[in-house]
Amino acid sequence: MITAEQKPIDEIRNMIAPYKRILALGCGSCVAECAAGGEKETAMLASALRMAAKINGEEVIIEEKTIDRQCVNEFVIPLDDIMEKYDAVLSLGCGAGVQAVADMFPEVPVIPALNTEFMGETKDQGYWVESCIGCGDCMLYYFGGVCPLTRCAKHLLNGPCGGSMDGRCEVDPDVPCAWQLIIDRLSRFGALDRLEKIYPPKDWSKKEGCGPRKIVREDQQK
Amino acid sequence: MNNVSRLKKVLENGEFAVTAECGPPRGADPESVVKKAKLLKNNVDSVNVTDNQTAIVRMSSLAACALIQGMGLDSVLQMVVRDRNRIALQSDILGASALGIRNLLCLSGDHQSFGNQGQAKGVFDLDSIQFVRVAKNMRDEKVILGGDPLSSPPDMFIGATANPFADPIQFRAVRLAKKIEAGADFIQTQCIYNLDRFETWLNMLRERGLTEKTFILGGVTPLKSPGMAKYMNNKVAGIDVPEELIKRMEGVPKDKQRKEGINICVETILRLKEMPGVKGVHIMAIEWEEAVGEIVERSGLLPRPSFD
Ligand code: SF4
Ligand code: SF4
Repeated sequence: MITAEQKPIDEIRNMIAPYKRILALGCGSCVAECAAGGEKETAMLASALRMAAKINGEEVIIEEKTIDRQCVNEFVIPLDDIMEKYDAVLSLGCGAGVQAVADMFPEVPVIPALNTEFMGETKDQGYWVESCIGCGDCMLYYFGGVCPLTRCAKHLLNGPCGGSMDGRCEVDPDVPCAWQLIIDRLSRFGALDRLEKIYPPKDWSKKEGCGPRKIVREDQQK
Repeated sequence: MNNVSRLKKVLENGEFAVTAECGPPRGADPESVVKKAKLLKNNVDSVNVTDNQTAIVRMSSLAACALIQGMGLDSVLQMVVRDRNRIALQSDILGASALGIRNLLCLSGDHQSFGNQGQAKGVFDLDSIQFVRVAKNMRDEKVILGGDPLSSPPDMFIGATANPFADPIQFRAVRLAKKIEAGADFIQTQCIYNLDRFETWLNMLRERGLTEKTFILGGVTPLKSPGMAKYMNNKVAGIDVPEELIKRMEGVPKDKQRKEGINICVETILRLKEMPGVKGVHIMAIEWEEAVGEIVERSGLLPRPSFD
């Protein structure tokens, strides 16, 4: 899933300051899973903003609504019925959600309430970690299911740097060295020989592409 | 320019090589490079110039190497993959060769979060092993990455680093084998304090026949104080200073500690000279280039061979 965290309330207040009728728009998918922009968080943020406005004597209407997915047009279209009531949307979607809503409503300013962070896993309650940078050519097979592009701070493809100590990464001792994990896993499967070959430089054109990447699948088109 | 790598000549002649490190200044003054190089001249075969070490902005290693070459010394250009993508790395190899620089040391580099540019975007487009291979293909196959031909190949003696003290130990020999396969002509190691562990590592290399396939230069750094010894042991990833050395440094009065640091360094070099498979020493006297002459002399490594 995509993870995100709410921006500081003061930053949000500054961005919405010019507007009087605001829709706080939550998203029920990834950002709900990471407790940043789901129904609950949207209600809490809207009420905190209303409270702050009241204390400061500001006349502003802040209403809330959460849709299933801000990043999928089908779910955004029905907002058309209510959009005329608002002069701005405060989106608690990820960066993709914010932009999908903005694309659909070109006349309405759409303001991000979250900082979108990474593609990752929920490890435990209140604990998320990054595990994939979406390189466009997955190499997990070779590395025993541990992604060095994401989990090694230096993106090394040919083994651990000289700072790997006691299984910890030299960059942040709270983080396991990805290469120690790779070696441990592959040796468990008797597949350490996968690491004897030299992996060539990564083809970053599959990630960087020519500007934003897209997927077009005719079999999926009506 | 027709010069050849002095380091390569020394090693190929079977002499025990001596290199030393020189960190460029945090400013634009050429004098500070010249001053350091003067201290090293005639004491070492080649001067390694670090590339924005610990991710702190300094004069570029390429420029500092050019200054050093201009003084008639041989230099080793260190290049990290942290700051440059494959386009810039290959371009700088060509530029370095054109300036007469004949040795290249390929490293990953300290992560950008360690230095004074914590907000920088780390590049890491190639890793150090891929970089060695790219450099070798440029020199030997006369092509850049992707296969396009060069109008004229760079002339470089190519090196890489190894840390005998990092984990996982069982993989260290595999990784070194990969560096050699990629094209590392010589290897400079992390600073050695724990000679037992170093020998364990060396034995692993000998078992794989690796000490015959590349020139291994053992790294040493003279300690200045017990504080430095503790700091390196606890704070610098990949450095192992045994307790008895820390005690030894603590056991001498303050004004004799630097002397003791040099003593330890000389003893280490004397041991390294006896180890089959070690072909030289790399002295990293951090901001203490004055110590290098004494260390080299007391290690019985003077005068340096001459080829004129
Ligand atoms: S190799 Fe690429 S696709 Fe696979 S996990 Fe890593 S970044 Fe993601
Ligand atoms: S310690 Fe491990 S995870 Fe950290 S940069 Fe080095 S190889 Fe990568």
